[in-house]
Amino acid sequence: MKNAEIKTQQKRMQFMPDIKKGLIRNIVPVVFAVLCIIGACIAQARPLFLLSSVTIRMARNLLLVFSLIIPVVTGLGLNFGIVLGAMAAQIALVAVTHWEITGISGFIVTALLSVPLSIFFGWLTGRILNRAKGNEMITSMMLGFFANGLYQLLFLFVLGGIIPMVNKTIMLPSGIGIKNTVALRGLKYALDNVIKIEYDDLIIPIFTFIVIAVMALAIKFLLQTKLGQELRCVGQDMNIAEASGIDVDKMRITAVILSTILAAWGQLIHLQNIGILQTYGSHEQVGLFAVASILIGGATVTKATIGQAILGTFLFHSLFIISPMAGQKLVGEPQVGEYFRAFVAYGVIGLSLGLHAWQKQQAARNKFEE
Amino acid sequence: MGQKFRQFIDNFGYTRIVIILFLFVLLVSAFALELQIKSLLSGILIRTGMNLLLTLAMVPSIQSGTGLNFGLPVGILCGVVGAVLSIAMNLTGGQAFFAANVIGVLLAVVAGYVYGLLLNRVKNQEMLIGTYAGFSVVSGMCMFWILAPFRSPKMIWPYGGRGLRVTVSLEDTFGGILNKFLFRPYKWIDIPWGLLGYVLIFCLFIWLFSRSKTGIAMQTVGSNPRFAEAAGISIDGMRIVGTILSTVLGAMGILVYAQSYGFLQLYTAPLYMAFPAVAAILIGGATVHKASITHVIIGTFLFQALLVVALPVTNAVLPEGNLSEVVRIIISNGIILYALTRIGGGD
Repeated sequence: MKNAEIKTQQKRMQFMPDIKKGLIRNIVPVVFAVLCIIGACIAQARPLFLLSSVTIRMARNLLLVFSLIIPVVTGLGLNFGIVLGAMAAQIALVAVTHWEITGISGFIVTALLSVPLSIFFGWLTGRILNRAKGNEMITSMMLGFFANGLYQLLFLFVLGGIIPMVNKTIMLPSGIGIKNTVALRGLKYALDNVIKIEYDDLIIPIFTFIVIAVMALAIKFLLQTKLGQELRCVGQDMNIAEASGIDVDKMRITAVILSTILAAWGQLIHLQNIGILQTYGSHEQVGLFAVASILIGGATVTKATIGQAILGTFLFHSLFIISPMAGQKLVGEPQVGEYFRAFVAYGVIGLSLGLHAWQKQQAARNKFEE
Repeated sequence: MGQKFRQFIDNFGYTRIVIILFLFVLLVSAFALELQIKSLLSGILIRTGMNLLLTLAMVPSIQSGTGLNFGLPVGILCGVVGAVLSIAMNLTGGQAFFAANVIGVLLAVVAGYVYGLLLNRVKNQEMLIGTYAGFSVVSGMCMFWILAPFRSPKMIWPYGGRGLRVTVSLEDTFGGILNKFLFRPYKWIDIPWGLLGYVLIFCLFIWLFSRSKTGIAMQTVGSNPRFAEAAGISIDGMRIVGTILSTVLGAMGILVYAQSYGFLQLYTAPLYMAFPAVAAILIGGATVHKASITHVIIGTFLFQALLVVALPVTNAVLPEGNLSEVVRIIISNGIILYALTRIGGGD
């Protein structure tokens, strides 16, 4: 009898560290799941409302978050430069709205049109990031800010000012520059409406999810191919990759181009659901929210998977919906909740990048001491 | 001859040459458009004085090896809290400004120490982590501004609405206290001697500090950490000294800025305040590894001159839209981007 007791105790002791290890390894998603549950209890939100809001937001944002995976695998870290992909999509959107192509054909034209643009932008981004090895993330962030200036120059002054463009519905009254908001009437729900399920408040855009799933599988498949192997090899060690005959710089540029194209399509899916283009604002937070999402899912600077992207998007957007409601209930001020989620987005990026840098520093020190 | 010329340009820095040429074009067009040159020149001086301390805050952080201090909002918020507390204590004029500085500096020493500890744990990634540390502190403080139990009618909304106002007027506290001090109008230019004198004293102080024993130790850590370690200097300690100094200058800098602007900006306003300061010192010729007081003064002057002159010129040429704002975004972010691609090496 005593023996049996000891055995169970031993089993328990073996089992306990497993849970503990698993918890520690997944500490970020666990903390956010707990935060979401506490917030939901405080807000006393209707489950169906939560479910439908999260479903819509997942459909809007998943592809944007997926677009971060390839650069992470290639060792470029989190590509804040996906903002440029979003810009490519918006340039294509304005063109298609101008030509008044509507429905699913309009959506396909926009998606095709955004490809050459994002290849070009991705190529430029990749070249710049190759000149800033070791500082890719902050460089891609600054590149996003810089590109935003050029984007505004294009949309506020060049269109109508230098490139003639006549269209009263999207141009400012002076005839120079694009309006602050452009209604995408012809393209609204262009993709969602192909197949969707409606039940009470709950709307599930099945077709959009199918497209997103196909993209996810495509990313997975791509990483299995020879190209994928080479990308991963570059991500593990640039010197070894170089020695084994891989053109490192070219691989890095390829990764950024792929990421930019996916981001452009992601932004298209996002905007066709919203139906309104905030010409000067829709793209600004894209990088921030996508990066925060994937990190909340447990990804790091060097490792990111489709699963982490899905989990992270779910948790981040749940928190996004819940926190203003919780803020309202808790202190009678929804604004507090809005600041809280901005705090969470910035904080989680700072914290997880910081933890990663710290671990890297400690690993380097241990190696040195050995 | 050609080679010497090229060497001169390399030493002088392409960015500076481009900015000076651009500024020259703008000034010529300002003359051609018959804009008020006197108000432009006076504006440049005031804006330079107003922003100088924020740019100066980059010097200790670059010298101590933590790179450009993108976490400047940490210091800025200390100064803002100092100002809010001094208004809450119902102080006015010089007393209010002095109290705000004292509280701001005390807070900045503590915050800078904590921030320095953080930066020591993330070597090589200070700029990225600093940016997000700054962003999250700013958004965290947004919650504080809403929930803070201040009652001073100068700061809360006149009716309804919870929390502090987005901008707090400093008109009857310490607005313009330095700008008005020793302000002398001349025929061609108005010179705010008080403001310029105040900020130049701090430049002198930082210059003297960089000649002191601690200052030299700090610069050694920044330029050659292995040598510093061999010489028995505490690397982490010196980096913390640099970060504290930078944070303190950020706190004092925002108070100079606010008194000149006439308003204290709360909530999300400090979010992007590090970027103009970073751009200014880079325009002055600094790099991520090297910075001096000359870089600060030249850079702030050139950058602010550009902004001051660009606004009326672009408005005269193209009244629609806000071209000068777009130009500002492109120039300041473009210069930071250029500097980042020239760090070289990496880890």
